[in-house]
Amino acid sequence: MRPNMATAVTTDPMLPHPYLVQAVSKETPDTFTLKLAPEDKPNGRSFRPGQFSMLWVFGVGELPISISGNPAEHKQLVYTVRSVGQATNALVTQHVGAGVGVRGPYGTGWPMDAARGRDVIVVAGGIGLAPLRPVIYEVLHHREDFGRLVVLYGARSPHDLLYRQELAAWARQRETQVLVTVDYGGMSWRGHVGVVTTLFKYARLKPAQSVAMVCGPEIMMRFVARELMAFGLSRNDVYLSMERNMKCAVGFCGHCQYGPHFICKDGPVFPYEKLRSLMEKYEL
Amino acid sequence: MESLERIIAEQEFFAGLESYYTGLLVGCAANVRFNPGTYIFKEGEEANEFYLIRSGKVALELFAPQGKPIVVETLDAGDILGWSWLLPPYLWKFHAHAVQDTRAIALDGKCLRAKCEQNHDLGYELLKRFAQIMERRLEATRLQLLDVYAVK
Repeated sequence: MRPNMATAVTTDPMLPHPYLVQAVSKETPDTFTLKLAPEDKPNGRSFRPGQFSMLWVFGVGELPISISGNPAEHKQLVYTVRSVGQATNALVTQHVGAGVGVRGPYGTGWPMDAARGRDVIVVAGGIGLAPLRPVIYEVLHHREDFGRLVVLYGARSPHDLLYRQELAAWARQRETQVLVTVDYGGMSWRGHVGVVTTLFKYARLKPAQSVAMVCGPEIMMRFVARELMAFGLSRNDVYLSMERNMKCAVGFCGHCQYGPHFICKDGPVFPYEKLRSLMEKYEL
Repeated sequence: MESLERIIAEQEFFAGLESYYTGLLVGCAANVRFNPGTYIFKEGEEANEFYLIRSGKVALELFAPQGKPIVVETLDAGDILGWSWLLPPYLWKFHAHAVQDTRAIALDGKCLRAKCEQNHDLGYELLKRFAQIMERRLEATRLQLLDVYAVK
């Protein structure tokens, strides 16, 4: 009997696969996008929007990073990383051709099947746009399968906006609305100023037939989820991507336990219905 | 040409308001237009009106001493600009700066205050609506103050 190759990916889930850095581009003063390709032959490994990998910077450490690239692109994996500490700084300063270990992809991903035939609301804060970018690619790639696409994106300042050219390009697509806001605009900024929740009133969609996907700082997501409820969405149609200290990524170590859930294995994407009571607990 | 009464009645802010009250508001209303770069009002000036923005964009600015103005919020079509007309001392707390060609309905605050004193039902309806806006903007301001995107 032949082994099932779809599941027999590796003998050891903790063993990273060797990848090489193909390109590093600067998105903002502290955020970079890396493109990685397998060191040997292309492995055709695919991912679902919302999944993450464990990236190993040799001699420094391992990091959980969401995949921010196009799910239709199988030759490389794309990650957008904010440099906030030793390991992330080591990752974003890798040179082209440097080796990086990759485990994964892991996690549940965004509910693309549940979103088919419905309007899709993407709400992102700061670097939270990175795990949501594959959703936008997927919707635009299979445009007939989805209703309207509304992207609501908030960042700290105009300098902190990710993928500025793509945001403008997405806004020109049919049945697509992209609204961007910053908390602090300079005098040269001619766009919206205010937190991301202030954008909801300008969104053109039908709440009852919409699915919302939200990623950003947890406080922001809590306020956004409340706003979406007020907007008319049900708790089961609002999905949040959670972040905790993930180590093993396969539910062994328990570092990322959040109430009864392991963020790495059961998430990182959850329906708000499952998170609501946990998000209101101080201890978690 | 659309009548002011119809335009006012179609604004979300006045949704559900009885036509009798809309009729009272129309007596205090006028169409206005601001070119980009125009200051609609400035901090410290008397606040004697508020605006229903029909199109364009308005930035609320705060001046820091010896610094550039800080945009604290922007308002777009459908938004309400100004509530200082409602509460003493009736002075603006911010600058309002049209950053795009902006069309609005201006409502005369003195005229409205007089009508609200005569008709407390109208006053209560207006206060309820303004209280909702204040509550939402207070929440947004608190979230903004948290600076949630900063590296902690």
